[in-house]
Amino acid sequence: MESFSTIGLNHYLVISAILFGLGLFAIVTRKNAIVVLMGVELILNAANINLVAFSKYNGGMEGVMFSLFVIVLAAAEAAVALAIIINIYKTFNTVDVSSIDSMKE
Amino acid sequence: MTNTTYTVIFYLFAAITVFSAAFVVFSKNVIYSAFSLLFTFFGVAALYVFLSADFIAVTQVIVYVGGILVLLLFGVMFTNKIMLTDLKTEVLNIVPGILLLITITGGLVYTFLTRAEWFTTASQLQGSVVERIGFETMSRYVLPFEMVSILLLLALIGAAFLARFDKPRKMNQK
Repeated sequence: MESFSTIGLNHYLVISAILFGLGLFAIVTRKNAIVVLMGVELILNAANINLVAFSKYNGGMEGVMFSLFVIVLAAAEAAVALAIIINIYKTFNTVDVSSIDSMKE
Repeated sequence: MTNTTYTVIFYLFAAITVFSAAFVVFSKNVIYSAFSLLFTFFGVAALYVFLSADFIAVTQVIVYVGGILVLLLFGVMFTNKIMLTDLKTEVLNIVPGILLLITITGGLVYTFLTRAEWFTTASQLQGSVVERIGFETMSRYVLPFEMVSILLLLALIGAAFLARFDKPRKMNQK
């Protein structure tokens, strides 16, 4: 009971593990490319929770700074991935990732 | 007494985060997934506040909710036939997916909780972290900071170039 009532490092690690598993599930099972992208965002959030939690319980600033860079790179990744998805939609008229099987227009 | 309140609020935000993330993944409707992702991002921001990383929480709200989520909603609007109500996402590999979900999550939780022996230090981060982030950004992390700003600029220019609607060759011919 003591381990449930005092919030420690393990609580954050469990939440991030659950978010990671759900994001992986979305990437594996969804056909819509945008939902796959949402799964990638969930995984990035899970990694960020881990980084900030380790930074808090270690007393250093490395994890906090690294999570800032992760957020910036997630923004860049989302912009480029959505541009690619829009191009795929213009070419194939669908965003179903299992039916796109050609590199040519 | 305040400790109990702290614990209850933590579990509330943890439940919001986990359940809305599960709804993102298991919902068939893309719009529902996008709006449920909003609650996931806010819940994660609240967890950052619990971890005394308030600057990261505010950045999370601004960048993820204000930027990435709006971008994802634009993507949903662009790539689905709204008028034909074709907003469903189909599912494949459901059994391997569930197996993967259970094994990966269970394995990670088991490793985190029992196998790993994390450090125990008495010096935790306390209070606001904004001032220390400012000092770190301008001293130890100047080079990564500048590099990531250039990378963000290049990525946004590239995204705008990729998503352009009319081909530039047609403009030159006229």
